[in-house]
This record gives sequence, C-alpha cells and structure tokens, in this order.
Amino acid sequence: MASTLVKTILDVIHNWAEGLAQQWGIPHLFVSIAAWIAAFVFVIVLVLLMVLLAVYLERKVSGAIQSRLGPMRVGPIGLFQTPMDALKILTKEDIVPRDADKILHTAGPVIFFVTAVIGYVVIPWDRAAIAAQVVDLNIGVLFVIAVSSIGVLGIMAGGWGSNNKYALLGAMRAVAQMVSYEVALLLAIVCVVMQTGSLSLAGITADQGGSLLQWNLLRWWMWPALLLYIIASIGESKRIPFDIPEAESELVAGYHTEYSGMKFGFFFLGEYAHLFIIAVTGAILFLGGWHSPLPATMADPIPGFIWLMGKALAVILIMMWIRWTLPRLRVDQLMNFAWKGLVPLGFVAIAVTGLAIGLGLAGGGG
Amino acid sequence: MSETTQAPLTTEEIVVNLGPQHPSTHGVMHFVVTIDGETIRECVPHIGYLHSSLEKIAETLRYEQFITNTDRFDYLNGLGNELCYVQAVERLLGIEPPPRTVFIRTLMAELKRISSHLVYLGCYGNDIGAMTVFLHAFREREPLMDMFEAVTGGRLLYNYLRIGGLRNDLPTGFTDQLHRFLDYLPRRLEEMNDLLTSNRIFIARTRGIGILTARQALSFGVTGPTLRGCGVPYDLRKLRPYAAYDQVEFDVPSFPEGDCLARHLVRMEEMNQSMRIIRQLMEKMPEGEIQADVPRRIKPEAGEVYERVESPRGELGCYLLSDGGAKPYRMHWRGPSFYNLQALPVMVRGGLLADFIATLGSLDPIAPDIDR
Repeated sequence: MASTLVKTILDVIHNWAEGLAQQWGIPHLFVSIAAWIAAFVFVIVLVLLMVLLAVYLERKVSGAIQSRLGPMRVGPIGLFQTPMDALKILTKEDIVPRDADKILHTAGPVIFFVTAVIGYVVIPWDRAAIAAQVVDLNIGVLFVIAVSSIGVLGIMAGGWGSNNKYALLGAMRAVAQMVSYEVALLLAIVCVVMQTGSLSLAGITADQGGSLLQWNLLRWWMWPALLLYIIASIGESKRIPFDIPEAESELVAGYHTEYSGMKFGFFFLGEYAHLFIIAVTGAILFLGGWHSPLPATMADPIPGFIWLMGKALAVILIMMWIRWTLPRLRVDQLMNFAWKGLVPLGFVAIAVTGLAIGLGLAGGGG
Repeated sequence: MSETTQAPLTTEEIVVNLGPQHPSTHGVMHFVVTIDGETIRECVPHIGYLHSSLEKIAETLRYEQFITNTDRFDYLNGLGNELCYVQAVERLLGIEPPPRTVFIRTLMAELKRISSHLVYLGCYGNDIGAMTVFLHAFREREPLMDMFEAVTGGRLLYNYLRIGGLRNDLPTGFTDQLHRFLDYLPRRLEEMNDLLTSNRIFIARTRGIGILTARQALSFGVTGPTLRGCGVPYDLRKLRPYAAYDQVEFDVPSFPEGDCLARHLVRMEEMNQSMRIIRQLMEKMPEGEIQADVPRRIKPEAGEVYERVESPRGELGCYLLSDGGAKPYRMHWRGPSFYNLQALPVMVRGGLLADFIATLGSLDPIAPDIDR
C-alpha cells in the first residue's frame, strides 16, 4: 500500500528512465541523475502538499479558537482556499525596493525555502526504511537541524538586503532567536540520541518499535527532553509566544516586510515547511515515528506513512493551539528564557537521561 | 598583510517612523522614534493627520445641528460626546431635561463606556500579541451594538440626544435585551481575565512597563483610566456628578503602580462598575416625558460655558461661547486623548521598542479625539 508508495513512484520513474536510456543509448550516469531529480521533485511536491495542509489547518484552527469559521467559500469547507492563494501569489508583481541589494534580496527567500525543504530527504516515512526514505544518513537528525539552521542566512540576507529598518530589526531578532533556541533544541535531541544510541532517524524510529511502551513519550526519563523539545521547537519556528522577528504590532512583518509576490510566497511556504519538518522530527524523536500505537500482534490496516503524518499533525495542532492563545514575549524576555530557562533545563534533561541509563532503565546507546 | 586601516566598529542610533501607516497605531498616528538597538532614546508624536476643523465648522451650524458631528470625534464614545455637548447647550439655555431623559442618557453613556473598554481590551490584546482576545472582545461588543441600533438606529454614529431631550424613548423589549447582556458579560469578562490578565506572559509584558508617576500625570493634564492607574482616583462622575450619577452608587477603581498593568486593571474593573451603575439606573428609571420645553429657535443669551464629562479616556470638555445668535461664536473641545498622548514620550524613554507598543496601547488613544 502506501508503505510502498514512495518506492513505487520512484521505481516507475526509474524504470521508465532506464528503458528510455537503453533505447537511446544514454549512459547510466544520466539515469542516476534523473532518478535523483525525480526524488527531489517528489520531496518538493510532498512538502508543498504538507504546507498547503498546514496553512489550511492553521486557518481553520484559529477560526475555531476565535469563534469564527475560517475559509468557507472556495471549494467544500474552504479546502481550495490555500491552493488558490498560492496561485494568486504567483501572479503578483515582484517589487524590489529601489535601494535594496538586489542579489541578497533575491537570495534570501531562496536560501530560506531550500534549506527548509532539504531536511525532508532524510525523513523515514514508513517501515520499508530504505525505499520510504530518499536517503538514510547516519547523522540524519543532525542533518535536519543543521540545514534548517542555515535558513537563518536567508532571513539575514532578506532582512539586510531589503534596506528597510523594520526588516533589519526583524532579521536581527530572528538570528538571535534561532541561534539561541537551536542550542536548546539540540540539547533535547542529545537526550534522545543517548536513549536510542543512533543519530539516524531510521535508527531512532527502530528503537521505539515493538509496542507503545517503547515510545520515548512513555519513558518518564524522557519527559524533560520532551518538554524542552516542544518549547524550543516553537521558538525555532518563530511562532507566538516567540514570534518577535515578525511581531506584527511592532515590526509590521519583520524581515519579509519588503517582499511581495512569489518571493514572499517562498518565505511563507518555507516557514510552514520548517514548521512541518520540526513536527515530523518531533514525531520521530518522541512518538515512535511511523510505528503504530496498536500492539504488534494486531493487524494494522493503517500504513505507517499515515501514522507518521497523523502524529506530526498532532504536534502541529498543539503548536497552533499555543499560538492562538498566548501573548507575545518581549525580545529580552525571550533571550533570558532561552539561556536561563531552557538551556539549564536541557542539562537537567541530559542528567536525568544519563541517570536512567546508569540505573539500567534506558537503552544506553544500544 | 595589506596596510588597510580599520575604523573601529561603531554603532549608531536609527530613526524609525512608526506610522502614519503602521499596524500598532490606533488610527492615523505618527511617532518618530529614535532607537539604539532596541532601546528607545526619544519619541516624538506627530499629530494632525485627522484634523477636520470640526470646531470651526461648528461656527457655521446652528446649535441643534452640531449634535451629529459630536459622534465623529472619539468615535468609540459617540453618545458620551453628545451628552457633553447637549449638557453644555442646556446650561447655556438654562434648560432642565426631564428625569427620564437624564437616566436614559446616563445609561447610554455607561453602555458606551463598556463598549469602548471592550474595544480597548481587544486592541490591547492584539498589541501584546494575543490575537484571539481581539475577536472575542469584539464578539462581546456585538450585543451592545445591537442595543444601540435598537435604541438609536445607528451602530456607531447615533445623533440620538436632543437639546432638552432625546430623539425617542427606549424601544419595547430593550429591558430584556439589556438584562440578557448584563447576565452574559460578567462571565465573559472572567474568561478574558483568565485568558489575558492572569497570563504570566501578559503580566511580564505590562508590569513595570511605561511607568507614569502621579506627579508627572497631573503635570501633563492626564485624566481618565491613565490617571487612575497612577493612584489618583480622579473621576468626574464622582467628584462633580452630572446627569444621574449622583443617584447611583459605584466605586472609582484606582491602582497606584502607574504602569500598563495598572491601567489595564482599572479598565477591567470599570466595566464591572459600569454594569453596577446600569443595574441601578434600570431599577430607578422614572416614567414620564423625554423632552423638555425648548424654544423653537435656540438662541442662547451671550455668555460662555464649559461643560465636562468623564469619557472612557478621561475628561472630555466642551467650551461654548455665545454671542446671542443661533450659532456658537466659538467652540472648543478638550479631548482626553490629546493630553494623555503628551505623556507618552516620558513613559517610553529608555524602554524597548516592544514596550512602546504596550504603552501606547495602554493609553487607549483615539486618533480623531487627538485632532478633530
């Protein structure tokens, strides 16, 4: 079924390309390159679908919380609103401010979007670990965090290149914030790595297999790390209460104030792509990845692909709930919270995990 | 190694224009803010964007014609402005409105106060980043708007008060509508307090922010919840009762801290006090006429009058100078937002940019109340 969805798609493309290559006598190298491009296209399409879903959910969830309906007009219960908006944004004029640094102004959204998308290649979507994953890096979780933190460069390029004071202030805030919250995020991930003994996302998922009780969520010594991950990931994705880089009432739109058309669209899509990969990573780290919560003895009609998506959506819903409930922190409070609250919590989490491993409760690095 | 001389790294202050088009300015306002990093060094409010010469226009209109214009400045307190103007003209003419009229006017002014404070609450939540509060506050305001529509026919601009009277009496069914609202609102306000006022992030953003001392406030002529948030229980409804305020019991909430949180708490409590006043007014509401005998041509004798009322933002004053004609010779309004705004630079200096937004929102300024 869907467990082989990715494999099937890739195989079909691969076979078709190989057939053509034999017919026309094209070297095998080109076929491999074509397969890689196909994989990349697949990831992009997947990301865009996820982003559209996340944006639609955001609108519906905020509507429900604010006692209104959200989008209702375009398509059944407004389902086509987000694709229509994406189409609309493509037709918008691309305005570059006169005194902007044109190269940086263009580079900003590109870097931001690409780095947000690249992380998806190492996500193990389903149990057929090799085929349901574009590539299984042995440092997968590190790769996800590393590429998404390169996104800061895109924000800085956009904010600086716009030649706008709000954009500059927003970019400065974004860099300070993302760098700080990455530290906390990594400390949470260290705990998971200590527990599972693997940096590969497939390995981390495999460690939580077997039964529901194997999930990191239900291992009490992982709870400090879980709390830390939730808070730090909201900070990392720049959402309320940590949305100071684009605090609307202060900085208009922060670093993307001067963007319009598809360049703005890239920032917007990149933000949700980033949100989704953080949620998927969270689902893999703490919620058992694609593993079903049903006992292994029971037949599971739902493919692992769907389980992982469902878990990621649950994480996203929690983040949306928080976003539409809380006020926004101030910039200094935000930094204090990161360095005086989260980082010490990270050390506590590592100590707790280490203690559990020492007492023989935990896996202790396999 | 090349022989390049490197200038030492320096930082410089930048000037940011907040407004005239900016998401946080309540209406068309403009602030030139000098910031060093994120710290505010100087803030200069620029006003005048909404100046519409209403005071000059008044000199070309007969007394009874100007009532409709009073709704236009401080648009969140339309009936309160009408009350101030009508009382000024009545004092000039020496007319006493019938008791039922006075009660209904007071009732409307208090409903308008609740409505205005709900808008403040929503906008302040939005300024602080709690976007849901905005929609919830506007939802609670909706029954109020329905009531205004039922009574006056308008939702924002009413033209309801008349010199010596009212345009019409309360409609049938209004009492039920009002009581339903009075039963409903306290629960909702409690919910708002749970959601916003008691939130730790909200308190961190408002406590100790934008501090104004009582002495500074008095020297700037600051009034209303902003002054009461500095520990000065100055409320014209209590100190110089007008309309029917001498016949009802209520407290004047006041908090000594002088920060954004104190001003917020004053407004939250004032809504409760307004409901208390409204309940008493409905109990004591007299029957009878709603229109006093007024000369067909309103021509007050030469003289001047200064009438003041407590608007949701502070002391609203109307000065009228009559030369004996059918039109005022000169009219001047004291808008509370203008005076409150003058204290803003003192309050935000040395704070962060985010504090500026929190402080501006806590003053609850209305742009056409600053200029008119």
